[in-house]
Amino acid sequence: MAENNRKLDDDTSRAPVSQRGHTVARVADTADIGALVSVNIDGQDVKVPMGTTILEAARRIGVRIPTLCWHEDLCIAGVCRVCVVEIEGQRTLQASCAYPITAPLKVKTHTRKVRQARRHIIDLMLSEHYGECYSCARNNNCQLQALAQEYGVDFFRFGHPAAPRHEMDLSSHSVLRDMNKCVLCRRCVRTCIDLQEVGVLEAVGRGDQTRIATFMDKPLKDVICINCGQCINRCPTGALRANDPTDEVWAAIDDPNKHVIIQTAPAPRAAIGECFDLEPGHALTFEMNTALRLCGFDKVFDTNFSADLTIIEEGTELILRLYKALVEQDKSVALPQFTSCSPGWVKYLEHFYPEYIPNVSSAKSPQQMFGAVIKTYYAKLSGIDPKDIVTVALMPCSAKKFECNRPEMCDSGFKDIDYGLTTRELAKMIREAGVDLPRMPKSDFDDPFGTATGSGVIFGATGGVMEAALRTVIEIVTGLKVENVFANADITPVRGFDGVRVVEIKVPQSGPVPAMFKHLVKDWKWLEGATLKVAIAHGTANAKKVMENIKSGGELAQCHFIEFMGCPGGCLGGGGQPIPTSPEIRAARARAIYSEDQAYAVRKSHENPAVLKLYKEFLTDGPCGHLSHKLLHTHYTPRGKYIA
Amino acid sequence: MNEPIVNLATFAAMSPDAGLRAALQKSRADIIGEISASGIKGRGGAGFPVGVKWNLCAATRGTQKYVVCNADEGEPGTFKDRAILRAHANLVFEGMTIGAFAVGAREGILYLRAEYTYLRPELEAVLAKRRAAKFLGENVCGKQGFNFDIRIQLGAGAYVCGEETALIESLEGHRGEPRNRPPFPVDTGFLGRPTVVNNVETLAWVACILQKGGAWFKTTGTDKSTGLKILSISGDCARPGVYEFPFGVTVAKLLETVGAPDAKAVQIGGASGHCLPSSEFGRAIAYEDAATGGSIIVFGQQRDMLEVAANFLEFFVEESCGQCTPCRIGNARLREGVELLSEGRCSMRYLQELCALGETMQAASKCGLGQSSPNAFLSIVKHFKDEIMGRVSVASH
Amino acid sequence: MLVTERERLREEITALADRHGRQRSALIPILQEIQRGHLQISDYAMQVVADLLDIHPVEVFSVVSFYSFLDEKPKGRFIIRLCRTISCDMAGKAAVARQLENDLGIGFGETTPCGRFTLEWANCIGMCDQGPALLVNDQVHARVTPEKVHEILAACRRVFGIYAQEQKEEHAV
Ligand SMILES: Cc1cc2nc3c(=O)[nH]c(=O)nc-3n(C[C@H](O)[C@H](O)[C@H](O)COP(=O)(O)O)c2cc1C
Ligand code: SF4
Ligand code: FES
Repeated sequence: MAENNRKLDDDTSRAPVSQRGHTVARVADTADIGALVSVNIDGQDVKVPMGTTILEAARRIGVRIPTLCWHEDLCIAGVCRVCVVEIEGQRTLQASCAYPITAPLKVKTHTRKVRQARRHIIDLMLSEHYGECYSCARNNNCQLQALAQEYGVDFFRFGHPAAPRHEMDLSSHSVLRDMNKCVLCRRCVRTCIDLQEVGVLEAVGRGDQTRIATFMDKPLKDVICINCGQCINRCPTGALRANDPTDEVWAAIDDPNKHVIIQTAPAPRAAIGECFDLEPGHALTFEMNTALRLCGFDKVFDTNFSADLTIIEEGTELILRLYKALVEQDKSVALPQFTSCSPGWVKYLEHFYPEYIPNVSSAKSPQQMFGAVIKTYYAKLSGIDPKDIVTVALMPCSAKKFECNRPEMCDSGFKDIDYGLTTRELAKMIREAGVDLPRMPKSDFDDPFGTATGSGVIFGATGGVMEAALRTVIEIVTGLKVENVFANADITPVRGFDGVRVVEIKVPQSGPVPAMFKHLVKDWKWLEGATLKVAIAHGTANAKKVMENIKSGGELAQCHFIEFMGCPGGCLGGGGQPIPTSPEIRAARARAIYSEDQAYAVRKSHENPAVLKLYKEFLTDGPCGHLSHKLLHTHYTPRGKYIA
Repeated sequence: MNEPIVNLATFAAMSPDAGLRAALQKSRADIIGEISASGIKGRGGAGFPVGVKWNLCAATRGTQKYVVCNADEGEPGTFKDRAILRAHANLVFEGMTIGAFAVGAREGILYLRAEYTYLRPELEAVLAKRRAAKFLGENVCGKQGFNFDIRIQLGAGAYVCGEETALIESLEGHRGEPRNRPPFPVDTGFLGRPTVVNNVETLAWVACILQKGGAWFKTTGTDKSTGLKILSISGDCARPGVYEFPFGVTVAKLLETVGAPDAKAVQIGGASGHCLPSSEFGRAIAYEDAATGGSIIVFGQQRDMLEVAANFLEFFVEESCGQCTPCRIGNARLREGVELLSEGRCSMRYLQELCALGETMQAASKCGLGQSSPNAFLSIVKHFKDEIMGRVSVASH
Repeated sequence: MLVTERERLREEITALADRHGRQRSALIPILQEIQRGHLQISDYAMQVVADLLDIHPVEVFSVVSFYSFLDEKPKGRFIIRLCRTISCDMAGKAAVARQLENDLGIGFGETTPCGRFTLEWANCIGMCDQGPALLVNDQVHARVTPEKVHEILAACRRVFGIYAQEQKEEHAV
């Protein structure tokens, strides 16, 4: 399924006309629209639809043209000029990424002139690029480095800066900026303004003073950055990187008095193989468990446990809201309810739609719930003083680093989560430990949270939270097996990569109220025949569309529940995932996640035995009860847009 | 103090709005035919045939089109558009109105550079008069269904906004960063709509052509460069000013006219143009020979050509929009190279490296600014080797 | 900034936005008016503009930083822009520049402490035949000599109506 994030010639796009894609051909005669046009590239003839760029046409026939500012997810810039080619009959070279073919052309991609120009352009970038490859987070995964190698750069033709010109911005918990390494490709700008529509970064200044900056050059922590890290994933160099706590994590591991626990989220396991040269789409869940133990983590838990827990808490909250609204006719209930598990989305809402904070589920994200449970329930169970427990979370996400540092996230008296690691950072740790991840034997998660469900796993993909919630809600309300409603319990309508998806599900009948919810509702009669309307949005640009629709009283205001993910594709496209990213890569990761789901014996959150046990032994006043409210729920901060 | 020299005799001899009245009697195709017959090419620098441009725009569908007059005149050494706007604004607006009628536009915008803000009140006054006289507004000159008005938008201080797509970006409220082309403004211009952008002088000539005919226009100039050209001449000469010359006039003749018998070199086309040494003063001002948008700068014997190159490169380092690599960084490296040269610390090898870089900038930059910014440097290196290489140190790079 | 001051600024900008239209293409005209009225486009003003045009503050900052006639930092009541491009350069801009620095007691790119004058370089202002040339705000002065610098500044000071103040600006050198 094609991802709906790319905004080509879309009228709602914020991108300047010059930067939009050129897939819509402009031809003299309407009859020609959609017609094919033939190009000759390096002697090969190929027919392509009108408006195809030279770059796309070349790729189709296997001709490689190097690029730098071009990115599949983004609108076109044509600024780095690395991709220039020679077109017969034209005086100047043309950027192949930005040149739409509307008439037959003869193109040469590697003439002397072209090669010399590319080499010069790379030399020029290096003449401004301060930093050494061997001390860079992106060593071996840098497009500038790769280009230098490809074009045989063996000395700095136009010099090399001897000292940094910009101070680094290390203020953010999530995203660090080192503009000395910036090559001004503006991929971050296009990501932030156009793909995500957050609008933190822009080009500032002019001429040789041009730089990428925040509003008034303020530190990232003081502006409206939502920490999604999408800019990091699209930065070709090491100018943007995540705030990396691996040294602290190693120190905790090395400290014999610390009990170091890592929980691993579903999306990293579907992607970490990419850091070890595997094709996208290989899940390494159980190999990773072994590797983590070899690294020295004392316990390896599965975030899916707390994902299931989240479903119970968040689902209960939804039921309570619906009950109040439908049965008690309480007008003050905020509906639709919004998911709260994506910290990028949550901060986006706090900045741009603070008036909708009551709509956000008060349930913490799985990461934070797990931390709270570990430092209370697990500490008691294992007899370890919570102050000696260090909780590490492996997440596909840079915003999770900010989330675990939110001051309110310490209801156990300790920080729920001490460190958030990204997939990339864990890959580095594993390599540092001399472990060859893909070759590791498989091993399971540790008890007492070991057993996970498929519902937890699919949290990693857009639509996953919704699907998990629906599986549970349908069963507990109707008493039917989901399998009898949706083949194989796959609720496919909520899946896919369309930017905003709306699904309506009719409640055909009502069943008995399960014991766990008896204290909350008497029966389900009031839901009989009702139609649940839900929506799913991923990427904050789509979240914005949904919010604007709700604000204007549009169709989506009628929804009951909306899943929002800050990143395109959901967690599997998170800002902490391996670089590069593209629609194809994200689709491959999604396939890996959904096939994991299939492999689980238990695929519904409310059937997770560890979760049921937790309610039985610890959260004895049940979902949304007193203790769970204290430990598993949180509140939000209306931040607003104003930048002080 | 002597009055500045402004010779715009042909414009002065035109009868007001005769061209517009003539145009409104014709069909659109005939107007464009007349323009094409005159052979007029753009006076702003790029030299694109006006007839072709208008034809492309007229052929696009869509009801909302724009005519933009490019009065961002920022090229060092050019001031003829200022002189034209001062003395013959009516002619320029007349040209815009003709253009609007020919391509089917309803709105015209004069993009006036911020440095010329002082012209705005007088231009607004001219527009007001034209509105009152029904040369603008609904049913212009009684032509049913032809509605057209002109507004003035001020630039905000950026040379690159003279580049037509940067100008459009600026009109749209963005940074003045040139767009990728294609698509060209004639089909995707201001607000994504078909837009004709023409220079001030071009539009004034258009009005003349409609009054006097394409054939009249062709009687002067060369085969490939028809008509007269308004030149701004400054630098080391006795009589700097604005002059009218037929295309094909030699540089020597210009120098004679402005009183520069002993010039060392002449910069044709401003900072983005080429520098001619005295041995090439026989060359002609024309699109096919020494092309210029109107800037002629004379250098006397006492001038240090490296300082000239440094001044121009400084200009480009600052005025580059900073968007594409070859121009943003290339100009900075060239300027440093000139510094090395003047300190006598540039090896021959590095100088060659810089010249090759200049060629890359010409070929690979995104817009005309970067494509032409190395011109002056390259021609100075080429023609004044003795002068600048006297300072080249022998130490290898 | 005081709250009331902010409110006043917001009202003023709202009126501008209503006059020019709340679309992106109105951005630069709005900014130009703010610049003219306040001699700067402040941090707060940029955010108000962004809010009204539904764009991001950083986009406004980006535009302001691109154009040399827009500035986020406060400028003097009179901005003197001396052309430094080749024809004016050859016509003797260096001496004029020196005299401006001497008479104002500031360097290029600076504003006098009293906030009256800002001294800046300009690239070609289209007066190449009558160089050295400079702009004082919108007004152009041609064939400026070091001697004429004083007259030009004096005319500006007359606007403030106080001759004696001149002393304070002088003699930094
Ligand atoms: C860097 C740059 C600056 C330019 N500046 C101007 C200018 O100041 N005035 C102008 O008329 N054209 C300028 N041009 C040319 C315009 O892009 C465009 O070709 C011209 O306005 C078209 O009008 P014409 O065909 O009537 O010349 C400039 C081009 C470049 C690349
Ligand atoms: S050539 Fe220069 S001015 Fe033109 S787009 Fe590139 S950086 Fe901007
Ligand atoms: S990849 Fe085409 S210009 Fe950068």
